[in-house]
Amino acid sequence: MQLIECPWCGAREEAEFHYGGQAHVAHPEDPHALDDEQWARYVFFRDNPKGPFAERWAHAAGCRRWFNALRDTVTHEFLAVYRVGDPPPPVPGTAPATHRTAPGAQPRQGQEATS
Amino acid sequence: MTTYANTPHTPGDVLPDHPDFLWRNPDPKPSYDVVVVGGGGHGLATAYYLAKNHGITNIAVLEKGWLAGGNMARNTTIIRSNYLWDESSGIYEHSLKLWETLEEELDYPILFSQRGVLNLAHSLQDVRDSRRRVHANQLNGIDAEWLEPDEVAKVCPIVNVSSDVRYPVHGATYQPRAGIAKHDYVAWGFARRANDLGIDLIQDCEVTGIDISDGRVTGVRTTRGRIAAGKVALAAAGHSSVLGAMAGLRLPLQSHPLQALVSELLEPVHPTVVMSNAVHVYVSQAHKGELVMGAGIDSYNGYGQRGAFHIIERQMAAALELFPVFARAHMLRTWAGIVDVTPDASPIVGLTPVRDLYLNCGWGTGGFKATPGVGWCFAHTVATGEPHPYNAPFTLSRFTTGALIDEHGAAAVAH
Repeated sequence: MQLIECPWCGAREEAEFHYGGQAHVAHPEDPHALDDEQWARYVFFRDNPKGPFAERWAHAAGCRRWFNALRDTVTHEFLAVYRVGDPPPPVPGTAPATHRTAPGAQPRQGQEATS
Repeated sequence: MTTYANTPHTPGDVLPDHPDFLWRNPDPKPSYDVVVVGGGGHGLATAYYLAKNHGITNIAVLEKGWLAGGNMARNTTIIRSNYLWDESSGIYEHSLKLWETLEEELDYPILFSQRGVLNLAHSLQDVRDSRRRVHANQLNGIDAEWLEPDEVAKVCPIVNVSSDVRYPVHGATYQPRAGIAKHDYVAWGFARRANDLGIDLIQDCEVTGIDISDGRVTGVRTTRGRIAAGKVALAAAGHSSVLGAMAGLRLPLQSHPLQALVSELLEPVHPTVVMSNAVHVYVSQAHKGELVMGAGIDSYNGYGQRGAFHIIERQMAAALELFPVFARAHMLRTWAGIVDVTPDASPIVGLTPVRDLYLNCGWGTGGFKATPGVGWCFAHTVATGEPHPYNAPFTLSRFTTGALIDEHGAAAVAH
């Protein structure tokens, strides 16, 4: 079984952990200011990269604390773990994996299908 | 006496000729009317129905690996249409009806076996949800019944329906017309007929870019050169997000490993298909004799076509409680495919903001059953530029409008 390095407890078996999806997704500062398109981006749209991915994990059967990890989605290798609030550490040989998807920061217009 | 043993020979010199190939392996032409990206079941079926129903034959199907070597080679082949909502009933039942005549349609044996599917209920809430789904199915003209535990045991005698288990069987929904088919043969059947209709099936050809000019798709860049296209239809399952990004599209998809396994060959012991969302396992027995079992998705995003062992372990524990008779069966092999999961467990099939670029994705853990149905509907969408009525509800825009089609109850694990 794969071992995951909890920043507080050290290396533990994967089955002790709970997955939380993409990291660094900020809750909208003013939700009422968002239109449907922006709200949809916040609720339903997450990055899905093939390669390094900054994501949230919880040590559910251990210290029960959340942390972030940079993990390769092809090899499943953990490139780095870091505490919530810290920026993702740079990993040599990879592009920056942080993705900010806070609505309003980078609104993407016109992506709705026309059908 | 002259025998093989005392005659000089080289290895292979007395083998029969290779049987006829089912398709050519052409080099890509510089240009096609339609380029289908993804040579799995959906891509092949789409190409076939584009030619058969719409007379479009200048088509290439591009496959980055080998034909039908992705999820089409990795699924557990369950076919059913007992979904909750009207929108789902439409497209899945359309597909099931096509399955019922597909062998004649393709003139190819696909071993379609309507042996029925049981979806087990293990709690009072399961019972309520299951009965509701049966009623919804019946209103939509789909064969569905509610079975009490003793009736479950009559349909599938090897299911443990005693109350003395962790997840007792309180009953099940039953769809008699559901069943299984031989996945490889389905793909080869579609490929052979598509090839006969003049469609180029091009393997080892990975799309590396999508060219867009003035908001309109003009072609694709591939590992075998640029290919111009009047229209491009994406049918790449787990890699849809990667392709979407090439066209500037961000999709509400998460790619996960989904694992399955087979046992060694056993004599016929399992007469139907049994699925259980609550304990994360679904089981049938292939014609050849293996028990075929699927698990729930691995929780994390992954593109590596492999998953974690503890998922399989949990799935086996569940299977053994449901089927004590499997206790001495040996597992032969496990594998994973990459499934593209949407927030509402329903697919996305239709137009995109890019003109002449069409999208079929988000089938998650349950795309195999839809193969002929989505091929039919996606071909209609690509050929006419308008969605077929059966895929019209499955838009990308529903995540903005809120018109979701939530099939987690009918689809979440055992899809």
